[in-house]
Amino acid sequence: MAQASPSARKRPLSPHLEIWRWGPAMAVSILHRVSGNGLAFVGLAVLLWWLGALVSGPAAYAIFTSLAGSWYGQVVLIGISWAFFNHLSSGLRHFVLDLGAGFELKANAAWSWLSMAGGIVLTVAFWAAILLR
Amino acid sequence: MGNGTSIGRVRGLGSAKHGSQHWLVQRFTAIGNLIAVGWLVISLLMLNNFNYITVHGWAARPFSATMLGLLVVTTFWHARLGVQVMVEDYVHDDGNRFACVAALNLLAFAGVAFGLVCVIRLALGAA
Repeated sequence: MAQASPSARKRPLSPHLEIWRWGPAMAVSILHRVSGNGLAFVGLAVLLWWLGALVSGPAAYAIFTSLAGSWYGQVVLIGISWAFFNHLSSGLRHFVLDLGAGFELKANAAWSWLSMAGGIVLTVAFWAAILLR
Repeated sequence: MGNGTSIGRVRGLGSAKHGSQHWLVQRFTAIGNLIAVGWLVISLLMLNNFNYITVHGWAARPFSATMLGLLVVTTFWHARLGVQVMVEDYVHDDGNRFACVAALNLLAFAGVAFGLVCVIRLALGAA
C-alpha cells in the first residue's frame, strides 16, 4: 500500500479494530454484502442456467427442474431467494440513509432489525405463495 | 510521486474522481433491479405451474422477453459494480486487484451476452 510519508515516525493507531461489539447496523451491513455477492456469484449463475435450459428445449429444462426440485436444489433456491429479499430490504434501508435520514442511534438500530426481519418475512411469504398455489 | 516536498509526497494518492459516478450508477441499477426482479417474482407467482410449456410460453411473449432482457442487463451491471467494491476492499495488492477487476468485467459482459442471446432466441422462437 502506498504511504504518504516515507518517515518511520510512529503514528497513533485507531483502536476500533480491537474494541467493538456486535450491533444491528453492523450485522445488516455484513449481511448486505454477503447476500449481494452471493446473488452475484450464485444467483446470476442459476439465472443464466435457467434461461439456457429454457432455450435448449424440454430435455435440458427437465434436468434443470429435477435438480431444482431436489432437496439440495431447494436449499440453493431458498438461499438465493433469501439473499434477494434480504438485499432488497437492506438496499431500501440504504436509500433512506442516502437521504440523510435514520442515523439517530435508536432509529438506526430499529430499521436495521426491521430490514433483516423484512428479508426473512418476504422469503417465507414467497415460498408460502409458491407451495400453497 | 516524489518524496521531497510535502505536496510531492501526497500527489497521486487522492481519489480517482470516479467514485460519484460508480455510486450513482449503483443506485440507478438498484432501482432497475427492484423493478425487474420484482416483476420476475410476481410473474413466477402468477404462473400456474413451472412446466416447460407454461414457462417457455410465458418467457417468449414480447413483454416478458423485454423484461427478461432488461433484467439480465441491470442485474449484471449492478453485480459488476458491487463485486468491484468487494474486490477493492479485500484485495490490497495492485496487480491482483487489477487482475480481479479485469476478470470481473469480462465475466459480467460474458454473462450479459449469454443472457441476452437466450432471451432473444426465446422471443424469436428459434429453439
